[in-house]
Amino acid sequence: MNALSLLHSVERFARFVLRWVPTLAGITMAALALCLGPAAGQDLLPPAPYAYRQLDDPKQEAKAQALMETLRCLKCQGQSIADSDASMAGDMRHQVRTRIAAGESPEAIRAWMIERYGDYVSYKPELSTTTWPLFALPLLLIALAALILGRRLGGRGK
Amino acid sequence: MIRGRIFLWGLVALTAGLFGLFAYQLSQPKDEFIQSTMIGKPIPPFDLPPSVPERPGLASGDLADGQPKLLNVFASWCVPCIAEAPNLARLEAAGANIVGIAIRDRSQDTEFFLRQNGNPFSRIGRDDISAVQLSIGSSGVPETFVIDGQGIIRYQHIGDIRDSDVALLLEKLKEAGA
Repeated sequence: MNALSLLHSVERFARFVLRWVPTLAGITMAALALCLGPAAGQDLLPPAPYAYRQLDDPKQEAKAQALMETLRCLKCQGQSIADSDASMAGDMRHQVRTRIAAGESPEAIRAWMIERYGDYVSYKPELSTTTWPLFALPLLLIALAALILGRRLGGRGK
Repeated sequence: MIRGRIFLWGLVALTAGLFGLFAYQLSQPKDEFIQSTMIGKPIPPFDLPPSVPERPGLASGDLADGQPKLLNVFASWCVPCIAEAPNLARLEAAGANIVGIAIRDRSQDTEFFLRQNGNPFSRIGRDDISAVQLSIGSSGVPETFVIDGQGIIRYQHIGDIRDSDVALLLEKLKEAGA
């Protein structure tokens, strides 16, 4: 009797599973499609050779790392290419590392990037025709404050 | 006393002006486009292997053969590239010589993309590590550059080519000497 009821349960379970398998499969497929959806804008090629591989010479790698931390990822904006997993950031890291390995100086590589993308690509503040007010303004304000303070304190002295 | 008043009102006006500026800037649409600063400069030397068997690859020398061209940076994994395909076909029909650079794209995927969306390209180079893309100051796909017959970059169009951009690109091509 017990065996029979066990068999019965098993059968009921099997029926249940069979009945819901198509639905479950559908839901799983839909969930998978949703997960894979954002990946549709991604390429299928492997990262550039030096996107994630460090240079063998630790000194060179340190130079490359310091530069990569001050170059902006063009895809993600607000992240440095050292921080980003965007494939374009990887391709930029490859450029940086191979150029450093070839003996180029970090500032020459930064200049190469700026020549192509403007000041925007560099996180290192550069003095240029568009950025000079940023440097001039604080100096001007300090001079103004010194002037006012000088006049006030000077006036009190008299 | 009066001078103090004027000074204070001046401060209020300055602050109000500043907030006005913030409000104006916040109401402006975000500009995510990073313009290439290579306009007016010669295209850097490169030599890309063919991306698909049906078309030759692309080298910088091909862009300095005397005939102005459109250089389209695209990829099969790029959705707006599908959207601009009909307009690239229109540009080709209007006589534009269009060359392509396939970014980070496997050959079979590029081929499938071209079968689906048409192939307006006379040459397609394969750029697996975005090296040429970076060298011309392009920051995404799709982008379209106008290159004159001497290989000088004359114009950059960022994003997919809309219906309204076709005439402008033909105009820029004409300005480049076509």
